[in-house]
Amino acid sequence: MADEKQLFKVTIDNITVEVEPGTTILMAARQIGGDVTPPAMCFYSKLQGSGGKCRTCLVEVSKGSEKDPRPMPKLVASCRTTVMDGMEVKNITSDKVMDARAGVVEFLLLNHPLDCPICDQAGECHLQDLSYEHGKEGTRYEFSRRTFEKEDFGPYIQLHMTRCILCYRCTYVAAQLTDSRVHGVLDRGDHAEISTYISKAITNDFSGNMIDVCPVGALTDKTFRFKNRVWFTKPVQAHRDCDKCCGKVTLWNRGDEVLRVTARKDEWGEVESYDGKPGWICNTCRFDKKKLSDWVIEGPTNVNRHSVISTNHYVNGKVPQETIAEVMGGRQPKLLMDIHDVSDVNDPSVDLSVIPGPATGATFNNKKQQ
Amino acid sequence: MGRKLLLEKAHVENIRHFDVYRREGGYRSVEKALKTMNPDAVTEEVKKSGLRGRGGAGFPAGMKWSFLAKPEGVPRYLVVNADESEPGTFKDRYLMEFLPHILIEGMIVASYALGSNRSYIYIRGEYWWIVDILEQAIEEARNNGFLGKNILGSGFDCDIFVHRGAGAYICGEETALIESLEGKRGNPRIKPPFPAIKGVWDCPTVVNNVETISAVVPIINEGGEEYAKIGVGKSTGTKLISACGNINKPGVYEIDMTISVEEFIYSDEYCGGVANGKRLKACIPGGSSVPILPANLLLKTAKGETRMMNYESLSDGGFATGTMMGSGGFIVLDEDQCVVKHTYTLARFYRHESCGQCSPCREGTGWMEKLLLRLDRGQGKMSDIDLLWDIQRKIEGNTICPLGDAAAWPVAAAIRHFRDEFEWHVLNPEECTRRNYGLAHYADPLEVTVA
Ligand SMILES: Cc1cc2nc3c(=O)[nH]c(=O)nc-3n(C[C@H](O)[C@H](O)[C@H](O)COP(=O)(O)O)c2cc1C
Ligand code: SF4
Ligand code: SF4
Ligand code: FES
Repeated sequence: MADEKQLFKVTIDNITVEVEPGTTILMAARQIGGDVTPPAMCFYSKLQGSGGKCRTCLVEVSKGSEKDPRPMPKLVASCRTTVMDGMEVKNITSDKVMDARAGVVEFLLLNHPLDCPICDQAGECHLQDLSYEHGKEGTRYEFSRRTFEKEDFGPYIQLHMTRCILCYRCTYVAAQLTDSRVHGVLDRGDHAEISTYISKAITNDFSGNMIDVCPVGALTDKTFRFKNRVWFTKPVQAHRDCDKCCGKVTLWNRGDEVLRVTARKDEWGEVESYDGKPGWICNTCRFDKKKLSDWVIEGPTNVNRHSVISTNHYVNGKVPQETIAEVMGGRQPKLLMDIHDVSDVNDPSVDLSVIPGPATGATFNNKKQQ
Repeated sequence: MGRKLLLEKAHVENIRHFDVYRREGGYRSVEKALKTMNPDAVTEEVKKSGLRGRGGAGFPAGMKWSFLAKPEGVPRYLVVNADESEPGTFKDRYLMEFLPHILIEGMIVASYALGSNRSYIYIRGEYWWIVDILEQAIEEARNNGFLGKNILGSGFDCDIFVHRGAGAYICGEETALIESLEGKRGNPRIKPPFPAIKGVWDCPTVVNNVETISAVVPIINEGGEEYAKIGVGKSTGTKLISACGNINKPGVYEIDMTISVEEFIYSDEYCGGVANGKRLKACIPGGSSVPILPANLLLKTAKGETRMMNYESLSDGGFATGTMMGSGGFIVLDEDQCVVKHTYTLARFYRHESCGQCSPCREGTGWMEKLLLRLDRGQGKMSDIDLLWDIQRKIEGNTICPLGDAAAWPVAAAIRHFRDEFEWHVLNPEECTRRNYGLAHYADPLEVTVA
């Protein structure tokens, strides 16, 4: 049929877009982009059934639709609420939303260990971003934080249950991408946890994608554990012919070393799609192809300039002019200490990707002794 | 003396068995419905009766039935919610234990109206002995031709299955119940879609409380209009109240909703007054989730009218000065009870029973519990009270299912009406571990409101 599809008009924070019927408020907001888009910690557009849980994406519907203009009585989860024609939504223009969202951020951080300094996710953590944008400094929580018994998920995936926000994304990955789901959520309430129940290794193919969808540092790449801070690594786009997955990845390099392989992420932190299909990658590409020669390099990854990962990077980079000398009458600023003079941690002569486990002080000390 | 529609025969010996139940007039409604009425007429009758859901929310049952989607070739299901886990509520247990056949009878009629050929009873795991009672009743009904194929020659087939839960309050929430019935983790679903469109195995489903379904029996026997004549306004028919706490006669009572709260507590026909000659301090009239009221607001509304035991009157004044009918779990607190401790106990319950899906409920319930424990022990701070208020405010309305609200409301109501008791705990950290705040002024007559 040639006649046009009927589109729904929806106005979010006074900006109007036309979207197809069935689109959620969140996806409509993503079409607008920018600050109008509510943050999403549990929803993942490529995982069926995800969303609705974390409540960070709550918005106010101030007008239901053209036909039924009544506002919705409660804030709604924008990731799971579909738009109606003529709907008007308030996100950052609603005090109610901002108040509720600050509450949700506080709840998410309540039992969070805040161990960013030793967390491999730091620098690419959605909870960090969320707290930065919507959180308050300080906490009103005066009790000890929740801890869990350690559970080993095998050689590929490192679990830090204390950091988990129970978004359930990893369970959807396991159910929808791998041949069988061997982990899930055990127990309930604030004592719920991600577990395999009988301490099984999670090694089935495509399980590595759980790492990519985890918004926090609860699931991280064990082969990259403590190897480097992400902002010291250089992300490059690369591909290889893979019979199992799309083979399109981002390599996180340090010099000629491949420290980590991940799927490519879009601006919302989700894996990129190719021809409408999500670019999930297989475990072989992720864990076994750690040599530059395994890959065809396409070029540097475009990193958002607001990201900490973009520091010292080359694309679209504009190094700000040093002005101190100018205002100081030509005198150069004096560095009290250059971290690289006293710390060996980023010593480029240590091949982090080839050492078997995480890098520790011993790794660098041994090197020196040799 | 109010009329009894459900419990009238509860004490007839062996009424638990088919023969006696049948001799006492049981299963007449099945005969009437299947032989003389079409399914829509049954639904129409329930609509006319004004019957409201007895599980807590009070949604009109007939309306719920008429919302059920009826796509061609897709099975429809009736699920009876017998998860009854709300603290203070034990009416369904009583009904199923003594009169299992009234539930089975109601289910057959309801299944006929809804077109459900396989209907389920989802019962909480702790009621294990009732499972046996129900299964025996189902067996007897089947042997007597009231279940199975072609019931009473009407061409209608129906079977009933009992499904045991594993001890989770959240599985009483209808969509969590459906998940659990399907064999999954009992997490509430995100609505819409509602069960009437996509319920059990994505088929249209009606979930009703045990008492709601049982009430269908007198409605069909006597006619919806007759049923609606009992009670007042939108509170039609009779309601089971499970009374407990500091009263002389705890138990399950069937009331028609025309009596006052005062009569219910003090008359010998019902609770028989506060136990041990103590004075009434507070009451939670509808199960742990509904707001607690101090004695003065309980017996009289803010407008100075007598508060009645019905949906409208109990909720008169909204949450500021009213409460809710809820599930009919009537908990009475005498002057020796500590509201702070009591609120802590409820908070502990909700923290333990939250499914943990959404952040406000998962984290907020635990936080409230910790603060309340601290306050109860005299280790709290004044600012904790405001903090509690802020936490409950941020949970309420922002969660997937009403458990979040149910956890927030008791805390809100306790602070709203009993703030001085909380403050007393902060100001008297040592004394509060030895004695209670007592009745204070909570039973004082209300100030006359100036219109
Ligand atoms: C946390 C939670 C627990 C519930 N527990 C029960 C229960 O134990 N029994 C029940 O009948 N309804 C319970 N409900 C209410 C049900 O969701 C549903 O509204 C009810 O079964 C509908 O039946 P009705 O319309 O006959 O009342 C609960 C609701 C919530 C949110
Ligand atoms: S481990 Fe990560 S992905 Fe899985 S539920 Fe927790 S936060 Fe979400
Ligand atoms: S409100 Fe509580 S019980 Fe309900 S879905 Fe959310 S976490 Fe689960
Ligand atoms: S992203 Fe919508 S609730 Fe989590």
